[in-house]
Amino acid sequence: MSSTSETTTGPKGDWVQPDSSEPTKRDFIHLLAGGLAAAAGVGIVIPLVAQLAPDAAVRALATKEVSVAGVEPGQAVKTIWQGKPVFIRRLTEAELEADAQTPLSALKDKDARNANIPNGLATVENRTVDGGFVVVTGVCTHLGCVPLGTEPGENRGDYGGWFCPCHGSHYDSLGRIRKGPAPDNLTVPPLEFISDTTIRLG
Amino acid sequence: MLKRLLSAAAIAAAALPMAAGAATGGTKPLKDKEWSWEGPFGRYDKPQLQRGFQVYREVCANCHSLKLVAFRHLGEKGGPFYVEECPEELGLGESTDCSVPSQNPIIKSLAAEYTITDGPDEFGDMFERPGLPADYFPSPYANVQQATAANGGAYPPDQSLIAKARPHGPDYIYSLLTGYPDGELNTIEVPPGNYYNPYYPGDTLGLMKEEYLDEEGHLLEDKIREDEKEGYVSKEGYIYGGAFKMAPPLSDGIVTYEDGSPETVSQYAEDVTAFLQWAAEPKLEERKGMGTYVMAYLFIFAGVTYASYRQVWRNVEK
Amino acid sequence: MSHESTYVPSTGIEKWIDERLPIIRLGYDSFVDFPTPKNLNYWYTFGGILAICLMVQIVTGVVLAMHYTAHTSLAFQSVEEIMRDVNYGWLMRYTHANGASMFFIAVYAHIARGLYYGSYKEPREILWILGVVIFLLMMATAFMGYVLPWGQMSFWGATVITSLFSAIPVIGDPIKTLLWGGFSVDNPTLNRFYALHYLLPFLIAGAVILHIWALHVPGNNNPSGVEVKDVKKDTVPFHPYYTVKDGFAIVVFLLLFATFVFYMPNALGHPDNYIEADPLVTPAHIVPEWYFLPFYAMLRAIDFNFLFINSKLGGVIVMFGSILIWFVLPWLDRSKVRSMRYRPIAKQFFFLLMISFFALGYLGAMPAEGIYVALAKGFTLYYFAYFLVILPVLSVTETPLPLPKSISEAVLADKNQKGKAKSPAPITGGAQPSPAE
Repeated sequence: MSSTSETTTGPKGDWVQPDSSEPTKRDFIHLLAGGLAAAAGVGIVIPLVAQLAPDAAVRALATKEVSVAGVEPGQAVKTIWQGKPVFIRRLTEAELEADAQTPLSALKDKDARNANIPNGLATVENRTVDGGFVVVTGVCTHLGCVPLGTEPGENRGDYGGWFCPCHGSHYDSLGRIRKGPAPDNLTVPPLEFISDTTIRLG
Repeated sequence: MLKRLLSAAAIAAAALPMAAGAATGGTKPLKDKEWSWEGPFGRYDKPQLQRGFQVYREVCANCHSLKLVAFRHLGEKGGPFYVEECPEELGLGESTDCSVPSQNPIIKSLAAEYTITDGPDEFGDMFERPGLPADYFPSPYANVQQATAANGGAYPPDQSLIAKARPHGPDYIYSLLTGYPDGELNTIEVPPGNYYNPYYPGDTLGLMKEEYLDEEGHLLEDKIREDEKEGYVSKEGYIYGGAFKMAPPLSDGIVTYEDGSPETVSQYAEDVTAFLQWAAEPKLEERKGMGTYVMAYLFIFAGVTYASYRQVWRNVEK
Repeated sequence: MSHESTYVPSTGIEKWIDERLPIIRLGYDSFVDFPTPKNLNYWYTFGGILAICLMVQIVTGVVLAMHYTAHTSLAFQSVEEIMRDVNYGWLMRYTHANGASMFFIAVYAHIARGLYYGSYKEPREILWILGVVIFLLMMATAFMGYVLPWGQMSFWGATVITSLFSAIPVIGDPIKTLLWGGFSVDNPTLNRFYALHYLLPFLIAGAVILHIWALHVPGNNNPSGVEVKDVKKDTVPFHPYYTVKDGFAIVVFLLLFATFVFYMPNALGHPDNYIEADPLVTPAHIVPEWYFLPFYAMLRAIDFNFLFINSKLGGVIVMFGSILIWFVLPWLDRSKVRSMRYRPIAKQFFFLLMISFFALGYLGAMPAEGIYVALAKGFTLYYFAYFLVILPVLSVTETPLPLPKSISEAVLADKNQKGKAKSPAPITGGAQPSPAE
């Protein structure tokens, strides 16, 4: 039906010859029919694609509240948000100082990669939240492995932050990429302190 | 030929409801209520859904679960507590979108009034916390066995789909809730813990008092008609319905409405039926809304295709 | 009616493809330039409608499979999550569930048309047999699909239908256990039904390709039942003539389909299937989906032992036999005249068959007691008599009306008759507007 406009030229077989008067009016109705069929086809595709998107149950879990009440400087916790690990580390004074002294020029990726601060630079202020908390998604920006370094005793890499064992990416304590194949800093998810000890992710 | 087939099909189709009716046995014909969601343009009545939810929550939820419904569902489009925009007086930030159920303040506070068992925590223990919009309605009993034991041996069915799981669901629920007789019937004897209802698909033969049965156990129809209250005896002379374990759940004034609606059994029943219909078919408004466009489109499409067809065929001898 | 290909590649790319894989040529010869009798009425549009039905079922089915969980503890819940949470999930499920009913409406119309116009006769026997195979596959697919939501009717329907196999002497019970993968319908059953429900539609699609192939060798039958004599006078090219006619019929059919999906999505279903499966409680009345009711009535009609065959086995034989008999129909009806238009006596019996089939459908929904069973017996007997006795006998005894010499002559005769009588008998006027117009 999509190519009904062909009728003006007549079918290829020679057994029926439609007359060739008023071609425009005739074309119009066939084109309209074909157009409506095509539009209906597009209309059908919309729900077929939309059903692939996260459903209402998944969307409802898009935010999560995490308590950081017991996290002392030097400690870190892991949680899971939107199916991905999130690392929450409270930096010590010494770590903060060391990070502050790292010049931006030494960084591979100078962008803060912070969902809360678009277009910011990867400074200490832009990578931490109140009280020296570093909150990053634990997904290596190379190919998606989970970097080590959150649990005590794990390899923290050459820069005292995180180390991705898959392909050897080294992150510093602010989660900034310093060495290895990963292109970007670990991302900071959208978050908010909704009380002194509770962070809401998402 | 088509006409004949169609008329035969119509006869067959007309017979199907009869078949469904036969399945429920000898209940009293259901009250045929007009509902706001009936018809192609029917929609839910939002204040009614809110009242119905209140009745469910304060009365039904004591025994019946609503396992398939989450708090967030109440705030979805077409649901009782959907809001398009955040009320200004709450002063919520711009980042909050109240049309999203999980951010809807009514849903959040409502969910928080429930206690949800979550866990295990890092020590392996279950713990309790206030509900979140993503949580499902907690069931009144831990499991089916407990629910059965607590209700005299009958499991109070889950109510998420009850309006679709009974023939003529809404009319049935409404009729059942409003159909309990005032006082006892004269011709039947209901065992303790059971309650008679003319709309319940049961069997009354086993409940008949002895004097209404002859020696072979057949009904003495005339005597039954004579002695029984009006509206409980069928044409065939048996008593409608049956007895089951649910005590009449509603009574006048049992729930306090804030919007000034009458606090009567029939109003409660109507409202809670509407809520249960919504719970069973939450996407009804979306469905009928889309249906209007699809039907209109198809009608136009059919007309255009027909014109195109006539145009193509006009020179063919047929 | 295999005809010489008239496809001429119009671009370099088409030419390049045509020399390597002439797939465009195949499509062109099959669906564009294919000579089709010019007197096909609306009953002949159901083939196209069925193709659409199959596509709708496969597309929505694949989508549903992305969200469904085939496990007894999660199946019911996952279907409800599709209805409540998946974007447009309710649309997918209602379309799929009602699509099955639409599919059967169309296939019954298609089969009735074939029976009336003698489309099963030489040289279209294989075409017909492939159609019966497709119908059997459809029934199996529909039955297994109905089990997947794991409601009460799913569970008990599965139990009852699989128990049919236990009617077979000696090996029946082992077969049943093999089907179940256990000692009752349970998780293994659900899982294998899911796998097969996903597989069978693709077998149907394959059989449909063969069906169309077998159609395009002899070409379409037509309401006059006379073969094409002169391609120029008797036929028109499939495109645009039948693409647009089928297209119109498809849109009208979609209107019916959409009415069910959007306004009465549960009208053809059973309320009990919104109750999760419970192996301890059988619903008061187990009724199959409406499209199985005529066969279900035949199954229940056999409540007596016959020689060494007990009633259970007898019912199963009758039920399956009622469809298997179609396989040999081309050899039961030996009349040279295809169309019932020219078979005045056979036509009456044909309509009786239609009435019997609808009546059996009605009786299948009624409780199996008293007068209903007696009636079902009578109609079942007639159903079999039609194929086994009436058609073979009429092949010999009936004097058909004079046949038109060609399709174009039949068309002219129709036209004259139409001119004479304002209200022609609806039965004889195959090419006349049917209510769909």
